[in-house]
Amino acid sequence: MTVRERLRQNISAAFYRHGLLCASYPVPIILFTSASILTCCYPLLKLPLPGTGPVEFTTGVRDYSVPSHESQGNLSERPDWYRGPPVAYIQQVLVKAAVSPWDNSLVPVDVFRSPLGRVFSLLEEIRNHIYTDRSLEALCLQVTDLLPGLRRMQAVLPEHGCLLVSPGNYWQNRRDLFDADPDLLKTVHQHEPKGLHTSATLKDLLFGVPGKQTGVSLYSKKRVVTYTITIALSSYDARFVASLRARLKLLHPSANCTLREDHMVHVHFKEEIGIAELIPLVTTYIILFAYIYFSTRKIDMVKSKWGLALAAVVTVLSSLLMSVGLCTLFGLTPTLNGGEIFPYLVVVIGLENVLVLTKSVVSTPVDLEVKLRIAQGLSNESWSIMKNMATELCIILIGYFTFVPAIQEFCLFAVVGLVSDFFLQMFFFTTVLSIDIRRMELADLNRRLPAEAGMPPPKPGPLRPRETPPPPRPSPHTITLQAPAFRNLRLPKRLRVVYFLARTRLAQRIIMVGTVIWIGILVYTDPAGLRTFLAAQVSEQSPLGEAGLPPHLGVAPVFPGGDPTSTLSVLPAPEPTPLPENQSQGHRAARPGVAPVSSPQITWGPEDEELWRRLSFRHWPSLFSYYNITLAKRYISILPVIPVTLHLSPQEAIDTRHPQDTHHAPPPSIKTSDLQTDLTLYKVAALGLFAGVVLVLLLFCLYRVLCPRNYGQNGVPHGRRRRGDLPCDEYGYSPPISEISPLLLRGHSMDIECLASDGMLLASCCLAGSACEAESLLGADFREPGGVAMGGPDVDIFPIRRRTNPARPALFGDQPDLTPLIDTNFGSLPPSQTLSSSGFDFGELVEKAYQEHEPSPTLAFPPSPPASQQRRRSLGDQPVLPPELPPQSNGDWDSSVWAMELRGNLIATGRSSGKLEIYQCDLICCSYFLVSISLMKMEIVAARLNGSLDFFTVEINKPLGLLQYRGPPGRGSLPPSPCYSSEDVISCQLTRSVQCAHQKPITVLKAAAGRVVTGSQDHTVRVYRLEDSCCLFTLQGHSGGITAIYIDQTMVLASGGQDGAICVWDVLTGSRVSHVYGHRGDVTSLVCTTSCIISSGLDDLICIWDRSTGIKLYSIQQEVGCGASLGVISESLLVTGGQGCVSFWDLNYGDLLQTVYLGQSSEGQGVRQLLVLDNAAIVCDFGSELSLVYVPSVLEKLD
Amino acid sequence: MPRLEEHCWSCSCSHSVKTQELSSAGWIVCKTGEMMSIITAVLRHAYGSLHSLQSANLMRRGLVLFIVGVVLALVLNLLQIQRNVTLFPEEVLDTFFSSAWWIPLCCGTAAAVVGLLYPCLDHHLGEPHKFKREWASVMRCTAVFVGINHASAKLDFANNVQLSLTLAALSLGLWWTFDRSRSGFGLGLTTAFLATLIAQLLVYNGIYQYTSPDFLYVRSWLPCIFFSGGVTVGNIGRQLAMKCVEK
Repeated sequence: MTVRERLRQNISAAFYRHGLLCASYPVPIILFTSASILTCCYPLLKLPLPGTGPVEFTTGVRDYSVPSHESQGNLSERPDWYRGPPVAYIQQVLVKAAVSPWDNSLVPVDVFRSPLGRVFSLLEEIRNHIYTDRSLEALCLQVTDLLPGLRRMQAVLPEHGCLLVSPGNYWQNRRDLFDADPDLLKTVHQHEPKGLHTSATLKDLLFGVPGKQTGVSLYSKKRVVTYTITIALSSYDARFVASLRARLKLLHPSANCTLREDHMVHVHFKEEIGIAELIPLVTTYIILFAYIYFSTRKIDMVKSKWGLALAAVVTVLSSLLMSVGLCTLFGLTPTLNGGEIFPYLVVVIGLENVLVLTKSVVSTPVDLEVKLRIAQGLSNESWSIMKNMATELCIILIGYFTFVPAIQEFCLFAVVGLVSDFFLQMFFFTTVLSIDIRRMELADLNRRLPAEAGMPPPKPGPLRPRETPPPPRPSPHTITLQAPAFRNLRLPKRLRVVYFLARTRLAQRIIMVGTVIWIGILVYTDPAGLRTFLAAQVSEQSPLGEAGLPPHLGVAPVFPGGDPTSTLSVLPAPEPTPLPENQSQGHRAARPGVAPVSSPQITWGPEDEELWRRLSFRHWPSLFSYYNITLAKRYISILPVIPVTLHLSPQEAIDTRHPQDTHHAPPPSIKTSDLQTDLTLYKVAALGLFAGVVLVLLLFCLYRVLCPRNYGQNGVPHGRRRRGDLPCDEYGYSPPISEISPLLLRGHSMDIECLASDGMLLASCCLAGSACEAESLLGADFREPGGVAMGGPDVDIFPIRRRTNPARPALFGDQPDLTPLIDTNFGSLPPSQTLSSSGFDFGELVEKAYQEHEPSPTLAFPPSPPASQQRRRSLGDQPVLPPELPPQSNGDWDSSVWAMELRGNLIATGRSSGKLEIYQCDLICCSYFLVSISLMKMEIVAARLNGSLDFFTVEINKPLGLLQYRGPPGRGSLPPSPCYSSEDVISCQLTRSVQCAHQKPITVLKAAAGRVVTGSQDHTVRVYRLEDSCCLFTLQGHSGGITAIYIDQTMVLASGGQDGAICVWDVLTGSRVSHVYGHRGDVTSLVCTTSCIISSGLDDLICIWDRSTGIKLYSIQQEVGCGASLGVISESLLVTGGQGCVSFWDLNYGDLLQTVYLGQSSEGQGVRQLLVLDNAAIVCDFGSELSLVYVPSVLEKLD
Repeated sequence: MPRLEEHCWSCSCSHSVKTQELSSAGWIVCKTGEMMSIITAVLRHAYGSLHSLQSANLMRRGLVLFIVGVVLALVLNLLQIQRNVTLFPEEVLDTFFSSAWWIPLCCGTAAAVVGLLYPCLDHHLGEPHKFKREWASVMRCTAVFVGINHASAKLDFANNVQLSLTLAALSLGLWWTFDRSRSGFGLGLTTAFLATLIAQLLVYNGIYQYTSPDFLYVRSWLPCIFFSGGVTVGNIGRQLAMKCVEK
């Protein structure tokens, strides 16, 4: 166990160091990894490309001997398939025949009728050739029946005999049939398949040359007929072949023929994969892609999901390539079909490690440095990674000992693949991950910076404005100030790209250019004979007709070999030789230019040497497959061709004519050729159009794939997944929100009604009327004496210390443990320091309060209200009141708190019973009817339902200087109550009272920057000066009661009314800056930032407006009942409440950043109250509980 | 759902009685009729209870599993046919997709049954399956299953015993890697046993045959294939069930 532990520690430490290394030097490591990948893949270049194309190997004819079966080590240049005898030796006799000189009296059929007729005599010659009692019959490849499916070819292809094919096969090698055939072309073409064909056709097989080069057509320009007689030999007899060659050359000498005859080409064919065999393979690949898809979908919480997914796939693929490359390097040539085992290898290697790494890294604390995060993530998962790898290696090792060659080979590959995959994960993927994390943090940083400082941060995350994307047009109700708005409006990156594309029509242009280039390439590389065809059409001047053009050929015959010199040079035609035996070189050279019309010229060029190369590469396999002989994984040897030149006289051509041939020549028509050209152009156009359509469709598909479907709509898949009732997704993997964990504060028995906070203390009260005070002590910035004193001994351990005062019974209950603390802290901290460190206005107050505590630190507080009464009585300036207090306070708990404010350790609450109560931790001061109160420094403003406004001044005095509170005149419902403290006395003095501030009940009151702003049912907003309660402005503009007001220290005033309108006012002048309608129903809350206004309404819609122009940027649909709960944490971070969760939004883009669930069981409790504390914490109500959510990543990443 | 299994059973059993007197064409017609009646019965039953959400879920899952079974059967059978492992009468091959029409139907039904049984069994045993519950793992499992089939068809082993042992080890590895539950193992074994039995019966009655049978009438690796198939389908079924529950 200890060994295991130590091992684990060592591994973890090693991974930690490795992670540090990777994250520190990303670029060199990536370069190094790429270099090693390339090095390992280098041996792959030697491997043949996958595919079924044949492979060739050339040997000399002279010293040819049948290769032995055993591989010879010394002949390293020999391919490994070159073993044993070939399936067959192919001997081709290439015949070029022409009627010359050409005569105008000849009809087009004469071009090929008599040349083709000569094939029979040649065949006779070849069949009867005997060399030292060896005939062709003994040597040739004997074939048996054709395959059963080819019965219609039975008449054409030879059976039960030598495999000897020639054009004569069309007529069963019988001259009489040929002579009796009225239409040769029809006979030839009747076997051609209709429609598109890619493999070898019967015409190709019999003629042995590509169909276009045969010259067997009515409108051949060159009038030279080319065909071959193909002989398949089963064994090679050099002397027989030589004698045959000599004999044929003697009979039909070919002048100026310089074909090389010393090379024999061996062609090796690979296994052909049929469609049926592909189906399982395709299935495997589909499963593989599904696996990859489902795996990479789990990558979450990173900057670029696609980038990381790509990196993961690249890791796996390149590890496979590396394994193949390494195996090849060490002499293990893969014999397995790579395509078949590949998916299984991927599955064995798997993407799991990559995902585990990502998950582990992103779930490390966000506030750490990137390096440390990577290192920690790595070391957290190191043990499981190593364990998995060891397990897999063991399994593969077991597989290796099955001693089945295929499995052994697979295992070998898998081992090398696993190791290289591990290497790549550790170096490549980790580094990519570190780069990604760093980018994400940079993006975060940019986003959090103030708008003027930060450039628009790249944020490719999906846009999630709930209702509309940032609008191209303002909504109809807005004031139209468009131009500057758009400059400020920062669109998400993808939208910007799309807009850019739309603006410049880039896609269309690219498609157009692509189509043009594609057509150009099509024309110039000439894959379909388009260019030659067009050239032929253009140069088509001859009056030859086009009848009999087979539709599927669609292409006119062209000049053989595509050799331009042969067509352009009008060479002197040789004299026709009536008998081939007589012809000689001298004869032909002596008679130039006899014929006025261009006579056919037979030329032999190097391209004739290996004319079979121009055939389809399936030519030979299909020929042999007719006889059920497979060439897969075998080879054939092709012997050098025997050239035969035939010159026929016109007389001979006329003699061999069939009577119908003369009827056959239709008049030439230029029109048809025009039509042909037009047809071609149409074809090209249609092709181009089709290609364009396909491209557009492809781009569209790509777009749909890359961009989520919920583009600009509800964030359906992601959002819904996030909003499921469990904070973890379906993989059981919860997004790493561990740093944002809600803290629940319990203490209320009923739903929480009001919340107040000053950043340090948190006060809440519930429907039951009890007020709770909790303390939120967050971070070093607030470690001022008051906080520390209140916090108790466990401040350093817990970020928050909750102190519940279920107001009445435990009113003093918490006090005893407070006192010693005050002592110690105040002993160590000088008051001056506390003042300077405090950022609050009430610093003096705090100080004062505690200084007053100081003199009596040892004094035990009374544990119960009766005791306090006693004390009061002892202080006793007010003998009237004490008996009255208990019933009054009892009555208090029945009335609910309507408003609450908190400053320092003073809590002011307004109750529905009309009382204003001020607590100083445990003080009840006074009470009156009120609706809304505002606590400013030492002044309390209370607004009442009857429209009056009261200004109180709070004073805290030494116990001796007890002041009595004087109730407002004319409000005789309650006698003035004094305020008591155990030690100090807080006195509330009504300084001023504005009796008729509003005509109708005041609904809302806010105070800031020396102004008090009240909103009322009478449709007006009034601004008062705090010092002298002087009404500065009465702002009119709403057509309904005022429901929400926002004012801050910068004198920004915004108000929202029941009419759904939002007005922005200038507090200095009282003028209305903007006026927008945004909500159906009341505006329930309003918040402003420097650039925008956020409003929420009864329609549960949160709208974000541009502050300067009043244009609605976007809106967010909230859940029912949670509309009013919103808060702004920083300049660009909005937090809203939902059903059992709070959501964080990026204000600039409307992106949902994160959703934090407040509890495991959200039984439909919505967050109705939400309060943002200064130190980036959020307090919200959650049923009867308070929830405190910290957002540390927001602020701490700022610096 | 076990009723279906019984139906299949009764089909193959009753068929053995009938084969003697029925010509093959007539038998196919009879078989089709039986199949149709099963399907219509199932459909009627399903429609009858469609009002409840759960049975709609069940139907959907069953349909998905059926399709998965059909596709896998088609593909894997093609693999076997290519390698001449199984031999079907020639006229059967010409009719449909180069495999007999009832193969995918039977496999689809079996897949639906097994795939629904797995989560059901989990539910009844009270031990929900939590091991590697994610689609990526399911896909991996499927790929390994296809790989096992591939190996059984394409690899050239020295003898059948070796092949069977290798495949058995692979199947167990599949179960250990992706399932690791007792119920999964048990159900996989049951599936393998029943399916092998059915295959034996089918071959005995001459519906089709295997080349070089070495385990009574079938190849000895057949149970391994059925076992891994059961585990795979169960995996898919569980994932589907979990998805439905989450919804």
